[in-house]
Amino acid sequence: MYAASAPCWWQALRRTRRKLFGRTLPLLSLFAAFSFVIMMFNLPLPGGTTGHAVGVGIAAIVLGPWASILAVSLALTIQALFFGDGGITTLGANCFNMAIAGSFAAAAIYRLLSLGAEPGARRRVLAAALAGYGAINLSALLAAIEFGLQPMLFHDASGAPLYAPYPLRVAIPAMMAGHLTVAGVAEAVMSAGLFSYLRRNEPALLGISHAEPVPRFGRAPLWGVLALALLLTPLGILAGGSAWGEWSARDYASAAARAQMASSSGNVAAPATAPRGLARLSNVWTAPLPDYAPAFIKSAGFGYLLSAMFGVGAILSVVWIVQRWTGFRAGTCAEDEETLADDLASPAVTAHSLERKP
Amino acid sequence: MSAGVVAKTLRGFSSALANTLVQEQAAHARGLLQAIDPRVKVLGLFGMVVTAALSHKLEVLAALLLLGVALAVASQLSLWRMAKRVWFVAFAFTAMIAAPALFLTPGNPLVHLGFLTITVTGAHSALLLLTRVETAVTFSTLLVLTTPWMHLLKALRALLVPVEVIALLAMTHRYVVLLVETANAMFESRKSRMVGRLSREQQRHLMINTGGVLMSKTLALGNEVFYAMQARGFRGEVRLIAEFRLRAWDYAAMAAFVAMIALAIAAGR
Repeated sequence: MYAASAPCWWQALRRTRRKLFGRTLPLLSLFAAFSFVIMMFNLPLPGGTTGHAVGVGIAAIVLGPWASILAVSLALTIQALFFGDGGITTLGANCFNMAIAGSFAAAAIYRLLSLGAEPGARRRVLAAALAGYGAINLSALLAAIEFGLQPMLFHDASGAPLYAPYPLRVAIPAMMAGHLTVAGVAEAVMSAGLFSYLRRNEPALLGISHAEPVPRFGRAPLWGVLALALLLTPLGILAGGSAWGEWSARDYASAAARAQMASSSGNVAAPATAPRGLARLSNVWTAPLPDYAPAFIKSAGFGYLLSAMFGVGAILSVVWIVQRWTGFRAGTCAEDEETLADDLASPAVTAHSLERKP
Repeated sequence: MSAGVVAKTLRGFSSALANTLVQEQAAHARGLLQAIDPRVKVLGLFGMVVTAALSHKLEVLAALLLLGVALAVASQLSLWRMAKRVWFVAFAFTAMIAAPALFLTPGNPLVHLGFLTITVTGAHSALLLLTRVETAVTFSTLLVLTTPWMHLLKALRALLVPVEVIALLAMTHRYVVLLVETANAMFESRKSRMVGRLSREQQRHLMINTGGVLMSKTLALGNEVFYAMQARGFRGEVRLIAEFRLRAWDYAAMAAFVAMIALAIAAGR
């Protein structure tokens, strides 16, 4: 997971480096320290429980996704290294799930849901809450998938899992139950609460005191969604049996497959032999990767992932060839703007003073 | 429940500050690991953590865990404090994850407990997970407890961490302590003015408003720090003073780490 996080950290550093040695260096560090401290706040939640927020929702809204990646990663690193709250080996995964995926998810949800909303609209508060909720739940889902894939990928000769012992069908519900009901709510409450506070007291920080430019989306989010969709493909294994209507001619000869067809078709029994047309056509084409699993791959999950990568690669290659061939090229979108330093460097935030001098 | 969350949050702050003090004391004790160059220690102990993560055999992980305990004793760390802060916490957290695996992992039955059956494969997996986590946590804690924070950060250069990141981490850590103190003072001042009980909603407002004020203070402090840096001549370059020098003892420690890691990898595959 360090390898997966490293390019995002590098890109985040590259994007903020230009501004890093101005006011941004101390502000980023301070915001990271703030994220760390806010994780220690006990928040009473509706329903009688208390929870802790991570702060990724508000960090992504105020700092923008790239600087938020750095701030939350720094907070998690300090937590792991200095306070020993998370292991060094799991730091890469924690940062990937919470800081990287969480920041992108929160920023995207907030921007999408607050599109065109008035500065004082309640929709913005709701957007902030859902940004926090979505970010934490996406992080939890990614963590669950990472847990759930481990028994498939890492086991010894006897089949005993070497790392996390649960398959996806156990890991996902176990992980999501707590996050959908408690941790996600804590993050939503904290994001919405801090957003309201900032809007009342520091509107310049949120960049909503003036007419908002129409956001332009670059291609980066599309690549991100594509990568995420690829990573999620092994979820397909969770569904038992064949998808309705996607039966092969072979399935009609198997009693178990026929029973499954009947149960998923309102107990209408399947015919005893394969329809003639299906039987004839089934020999016309043999898939290069039958059942999403090349013969030499033993792990179903890895086979799924490999097939998805192969499929996406094939589609992209075709699009690229057509593009070259026809000379067509879409207008390039501007890279998404960075929101960090311009807003933070506003003199509006210099008005306060603390009792303690640095 | 009246001041429940405030009191709990204050307790969390106090324990974080107390840990900081204990950590500084431990890092300056005259023990085995404290005497080793921080760069050697970062590479060596990080290598041990990775070795534990890669090891597939229970016996090897158990041996590494024992080695970690021996190093803690030789570095004058309190075993009780290690147990309280690291081993029990890691045990409780990992056991919660590992316990259902005892019953859920398919395999030959080991023990029947009423309608539940512990399988051999399940017991092996759970034990492997538990020992691996305890071992990795022990080595990473040894690194953190026996190295002053600023030395640890500078030594991260040995792992090719960019200098900007080290500067960011150093500043973040410094202001974590200050912000914890600030938040502590804010909650204490509020608590001293509190009469009667707060409803859950009032408590929630209190926490969020305090968080908001802390955020405003944080950003204001960021600007002040920037002016202070400029006043002291900061022109955009981060320089770390490299005061480390390897001695014969450090080379011996490096050789010992390499030997232990090689042995553990060879035996653990």
